[in-house]
Amino acid sequence: MSLNVEHHATRTLPSEKPLRLLDNAGHAVDGSETGGFSLPPVERLLELYRRMVVARRFDVQVTALTKQGRLATYPSAYGQEACEIGVISAITADDWFFPTYRDSIALLTRGIAPGEILTSFRGDWHNGYDQHRYRTTAQATPLATQALHAVGLAHAARLRRDPIVALTFLGDGATSEGDAHEAFNFAAVWQTPTVFLVQNNQFAISTPVARQTHAATLADKAVGYGMPGYHVDGNDVAAMYAVAHAAVERARSGGGPTLIEGLTYRIESHTNSDDPTRYRKAREVEHWKRRDPIERLEKYLVSEGALSDATRAEIADAAESLARETREVMTREAVIDPLELFDHVYSRPRAALLEQRAALEAELAGAAR
Amino acid sequence: MTTTHTEPTPATDAAASAPQPLTMAGALNAALRDEMAADDRVVVYGEDVGPLGGVFRVTDGLQAAFGDERVWDSPLAESGIVGTAIGMALYGMRPVVEMQFDAFSYPAFEQIVSHVAKMRNRTKGRVELPIVIRIPCAGAIGGVEHHSDSSEAYWASTPGLTVVMPSSPADAYSMLREAIRSDDPVVFMEPKSRYWSKAPLTLPVQTAPMDRAQVVREGTDVTLIGYGPTVRTALDAASAAEAEDLSIEVIDLRSLSPFDDETVSASVRKTSRAAVIHEAAQFGGYGAEVAARITERNFFHLAAPVLRITGYDIPYPSPKLEEHYLPTPDRVLAAIAGWEWDLA
Repeated sequence: MSLNVEHHATRTLPSEKPLRLLDNAGHAVDGSETGGFSLPPVERLLELYRRMVVARRFDVQVTALTKQGRLATYPSAYGQEACEIGVISAITADDWFFPTYRDSIALLTRGIAPGEILTSFRGDWHNGYDQHRYRTTAQATPLATQALHAVGLAHAARLRRDPIVALTFLGDGATSEGDAHEAFNFAAVWQTPTVFLVQNNQFAISTPVARQTHAATLADKAVGYGMPGYHVDGNDVAAMYAVAHAAVERARSGGGPTLIEGLTYRIESHTNSDDPTRYRKAREVEHWKRRDPIERLEKYLVSEGALSDATRAEIADAAESLARETREVMTREAVIDPLELFDHVYSRPRAALLEQRAALEAELAGAAR
Repeated sequence: MTTTHTEPTPATDAAASAPQPLTMAGALNAALRDEMAADDRVVVYGEDVGPLGGVFRVTDGLQAAFGDERVWDSPLAESGIVGTAIGMALYGMRPVVEMQFDAFSYPAFEQIVSHVAKMRNRTKGRVELPIVIRIPCAGAIGGVEHHSDSSEAYWASTPGLTVVMPSSPADAYSMLREAIRSDDPVVFMEPKSRYWSKAPLTLPVQTAPMDRAQVVREGTDVTLIGYGPTVRTALDAASAAEAEDLSIEVIDLRSLSPFDDETVSASVRKTSRAAVIHEAAQFGGYGAEVAARITERNFFHLAAPVLRITGYDIPYPSPKLEEHYLPTPDRVLAAIAGWEWDLA
């Protein structure tokens, strides 16, 4: 393998109508709508269903805890479970994930504990989990910056001949950032094993996607970089998983990056400090609530006879158990040592920081007297 | 992942022990070459660093020596260069990336300030980013607009970054090797006007640790503090002052972050007068930090206010006017002559 890749740029436009495998009534669709993708096996769909149900329960619980003042902020992904869970489930524990602040529910799937996911939102420290252990970077706040990290890591893995894929999530607003452009371009030029998921939830805080782009779809942008782009129904977890799985396996086998747009909707406000009534109609939110990704898959699984009452109850128990764990951990105050502020800035202590640390230590001792 | 980290192999023939004249650009090239040979995690990329060898030829011949998986031309996008370096470092590489000129590093500002500088702290030390960001810096090369900026204050005022600037070929070699071996990210600033300055050198050479300032000329009456291009300015001023029986000590800061208070304060307590010289504009410039630190720590040892001899508070001028902007030895001597010497 050389860095000089053969030129095989993709020039095929994504479908303007989002491709899907299940319609809103939970019926399998066929023909051109599927874009040639097949429904994942029912056991896989059942697992995706379980993860989505548990994820939503977590999300609802954390939103409630935020309203109770237990967290400084929480960006909810309510309604985006098909994007979050469908795509994160397409990578393995050996792969890397580069999330944003809205991707807490995807982090659950990486095996990260609720208390560690929420460390930053509670205000204890800027990041709460071991990035190397979970192969998952800190929830990025500066938009699209993490996409370049994903491309760099993927490139390093490629140079090492490791079959690693780097997956990153972005929002529709982030596609306007220069770093999104640079990440797409570097990934395509270097043919890195990177998968970009753009969750088009149609709002960047309050700004609608029509004010972000004049392109027909965000997936169209892929063509300009010479990589494949897919415009997918972001509330159809079967489609999100199938498209992401194909992209991940292509990346792993040396086929380069893919841009996937999941068309979905942010049901909740941007964060608890937002007021969505100022920029969107309740009618619109109701419309999207009727396109719920979990209900859609549930209808399909029921129609297939794959979701027994016992399974349903077992999943509900798992969801409640996680909600309880989340409540418990978030109502226990974390022990934070202010002096640790100075301990991780550099690998070796600096004289000036040691002076400042000693000053704060004296201040704390004075306050304790 | 397998890595090797062996002892340095000198790029030059060890048998040729007689010092050879080497430019700063050549010394930097040798440092990159030796560190790449010693550690296969070191990769070099940026704009035009491959077959061309960089616009200043600092990476000359490296791609031919190490192949295009160790040295390569990236797309022309500085945020992309630094952003991908973060991902590569996360995977265990030690990227050395080049920003072609100071002013062209600004697109990478967010990646450097929000991620490179903060990653270790954000992760409580669990994620290290051993990245070297090489930035050809400062002016006096007759460059058209945007080719002569001095960006050091932006980086030096950012917690989490180590910022160094060599002024000689020996330091350039030794400090770049140390920077690449550092587990912390280093903004490595290379004064463009010194790239072609030569010094006799036998490689490999190891100078003082890169976080220490150096007294490069001893004196008793005045401490002149410079870094990068203005070390030469200070030395020239000191030589000229000899004729007037004025004994000037010159300090080469070498490291802008951290700041070597110990070396600087010791000198100032000896001379009781200090001036700092830099090309960057004065207002909010690095010299303000130097003056404040000296004053806070040594106020009762000072016979005069600490002076800043700097560029004007204007955008860097066009080539035909830069001679009026840059601090010169004459301007340095005129400034220190303005102190009330009788009170000393």
